[in-house]
Amino acid sequence: MTTAVATKRKGRKSFLKWAADTGWRHAVALAALLFGLVPIVYVVSAAFNPNGTLSSTNLLPTSFGLGNFQKLFTDDNVPFASWFANSLMIAVPAAFISIFISSLAAYAFSRFRFRGRRPMLLFLLLIQMFPAFLAVVALYLIFGSIGEFYPIAGLNTKLGLMLVYMGGALGVSTWLMKGFFDTIPKELDEAATIDGASHAQIFFGMILPLAAPIIAISGILAFVGTMNDFILASLFLTDRPEMTLAVGLKTLTAENSPASYFGIFAAGTLLTSILTVAVFMSLQRYIVSGLTGGAVKG
Amino acid sequence: MLDQRAQGSTTAAGLIAKIAVLAVVAALAVWAAVPLIAAGAWWGLALEAAVAAVLFYVYLQRRAVQLKYLVPGTLLLIAFQILPVVLTVGTSFSNYGDGHRVDKEQATESIIAAGVQQTPGGATYLLAVGESASGELTLLLTDTADGSTWAGTEAGLAELDGATVDPTGRVTAAPGYTVWTLADLNERQAELADLAVPTGDTTGIKVQGLSAFEGESTRSYDEACDCITDSATGTVWYADDETGTFVTEDGQAALVGWRVNIGFGNYLDVLTDPDIRGPFLGVFTWNVAFAAGSVLFTFAIGLGTAMALNRPGMRGTKVYRAFMILPYAMPSFAMLLVWAQMFNRDFGLVNELFGLNVNWYGGTWPARAMVLIANTWLGWPYMFLISLGALQALPSDSLEAAKIDGATGVTAFRKITLPLLLIALTPLLISSFAFNFNNFNAIELLSGGHPFEAGDAVGGTDLLITYAFRQAFGSSSADYGFASAISVFIFLIVATISAVMFRFTRNQEDVYS
Repeated sequence: MTTAVATKRKGRKSFLKWAADTGWRHAVALAALLFGLVPIVYVVSAAFNPNGTLSSTNLLPTSFGLGNFQKLFTDDNVPFASWFANSLMIAVPAAFISIFISSLAAYAFSRFRFRGRRPMLLFLLLIQMFPAFLAVVALYLIFGSIGEFYPIAGLNTKLGLMLVYMGGALGVSTWLMKGFFDTIPKELDEAATIDGASHAQIFFGMILPLAAPIIAISGILAFVGTMNDFILASLFLTDRPEMTLAVGLKTLTAENSPASYFGIFAAGTLLTSILTVAVFMSLQRYIVSGLTGGAVKG
Repeated sequence: MLDQRAQGSTTAAGLIAKIAVLAVVAALAVWAAVPLIAAGAWWGLALEAAVAAVLFYVYLQRRAVQLKYLVPGTLLLIAFQILPVVLTVGTSFSNYGDGHRVDKEQATESIIAAGVQQTPGGATYLLAVGESASGELTLLLTDTADGSTWAGTEAGLAELDGATVDPTGRVTAAPGYTVWTLADLNERQAELADLAVPTGDTTGIKVQGLSAFEGESTRSYDEACDCITDSATGTVWYADDETGTFVTEDGQAALVGWRVNIGFGNYLDVLTDPDIRGPFLGVFTWNVAFAAGSVLFTFAIGLGTAMALNRPGMRGTKVYRAFMILPYAMPSFAMLLVWAQMFNRDFGLVNELFGLNVNWYGGTWPARAMVLIANTWLGWPYMFLISLGALQALPSDSLEAAKIDGATGVTAFRKITLPLLLIALTPLLISSFAFNFNNFNAIELLSGGHPFEAGDAVGGTDLLITYAFRQAFGSSSADYGFASAISVFIFLIVATISAVMFRFTRNQEDVYS
């Protein structure tokens, strides 16, 4: 950019032209970036601030220390490692299974013609407007009674929470994948059928591998959505070591937490975001096309 | 369409896989049946058997192949998306909640047990108190005679297995319960005063300090008048089947009631009770404003930035884009918590940077500004991405034509670019509105609904969903019926939004076809 400025700045006139043409674009972009990056810089600064209190944290760090990260793993009151593990143990299988189930349905919608196909597709479009947490009271009561019969899947269990997340398997991702499956030529299926392949072999051996990119994107969106869920996780997992990252990290900023926990919280936020940021950055291109296809980050 | 004859498991591997899956289904079905049989839950058992039968049928038949692919997702959808919605509607017509958790018989027994007087030689217990997973207070009792452990609720007494006891024999931990500490026990003693565990028609267990005793009740139930009489005090409670409570003649209700269908009671409360109607309307208006404001601000900033960066050959666009995606890539729950700290009055970054001294959590309007600012920060990169995508997909010929006709700058944007963009983006903007309408995280993690006027159940930044959540799970007594009624309101609003969206989508199809 600096070279651009230098070469364009030959005379006052051409500078004005540059400003009207491209300059304002940089100005707008920089202003937006400023707004966008301030909180992130602040988290980084807080994470490396050895004092760890809110009052001693500035936008730009004044001193540097790794104490907060250390406390994250040594403070008995902050079982960050278990929170992280819990989040992964819930979000990874839930995303995996959801996407698998969703791809099965997408295959049926894409390759078979049956009665009720269109209404079902429309219904899926409708149901995605009603995320599960809207019925949170009913879910709570349902899992209360499930827990009476099957303690393994009731409230206060990871399995119960995963089941709720998987209940939303069919939805946006089904549409996304169906759209992608539709672009895989049916002639391939027919050729495989003539060679003696069954519908299952076509699906597992051909469609799934060909659709790997869209499946990866849907899986990641499902994973991120699950990681960000607070309402259901806070209701299901209340024991401190059993919490997910969202619920656990919130307790660190609660009013009755020690002031120095802010630094630990910021360090935890930073570690959590490494995962999501890496995923987003490496897949920006696909995510953009996925978004315009109608997915909203949950 | 595929050749029907070729379908089905034609290979050995496929056959083995199918047998294995069905074997797992069968094993799960048997495992799931055991507790249902033990509890005598025959409806549950019938349902469970039906689900297993459907699974077996679908995977053994060969005609409707699509079912094999649709059934897993559909079952989950029914169980955890559709059933909860139906149950929410059902609960919204009841008075289910604290004080109305049990059926009439259990409520009667519980009231009788509350009149228990200690009889000489009756059993005594060491007391601990636990909250079950569903928030119900439970007495965790240790029999002082033989050390056996019991769990008692207003529904009755049950044996407690697997409890951990301290040297004196008091329960300190039990599976499925959060056990109160002694400090809790002291502080919340009042909540226990009315809790009584029925053990027979006229006997029950009552709390006294840190212990509990079993005794004979002075109260008895008379079927003829459907009332409970206390022979010691002479009080008579008559059953009121409409509200699910026992009431004395001068209108004093007994503390334990039962669950009844109260029709549109919860809805009528919202419409007619001035204590609820006013705050409810306030929440509703703010909820719409919050969603609309969030969409407007995020879209304005996102579109502005996208316009600025949508120029072929401009340097640095890739770098800009990579950094702009950052707020979107950060975990949103954590960033909301960060924003909550940044708005701290004394030490927060916002006041510090701008030299302000605003108590963001103190007033309704500062708090509302706060949640809108933070939510705009979270949402604009998404709007930027979709706007940029839509801008780049605009047909260049109409822009060229406009240029030739002399439309430049603002005019071209207003007359050509924006209308074309809106056609493509309206469905996404509407779903963003729907998302923000129920943006529980943004409110709960930022303001928690604050500020609250003294004595008000509704906070200045509450959305309908956070309000409903607090009615059901907040610190005050749970009212599942009322919370469900609010949820039904939300359903109706979301359904309306969806209907609007479908219309737009259809219009859009018309444009493109």
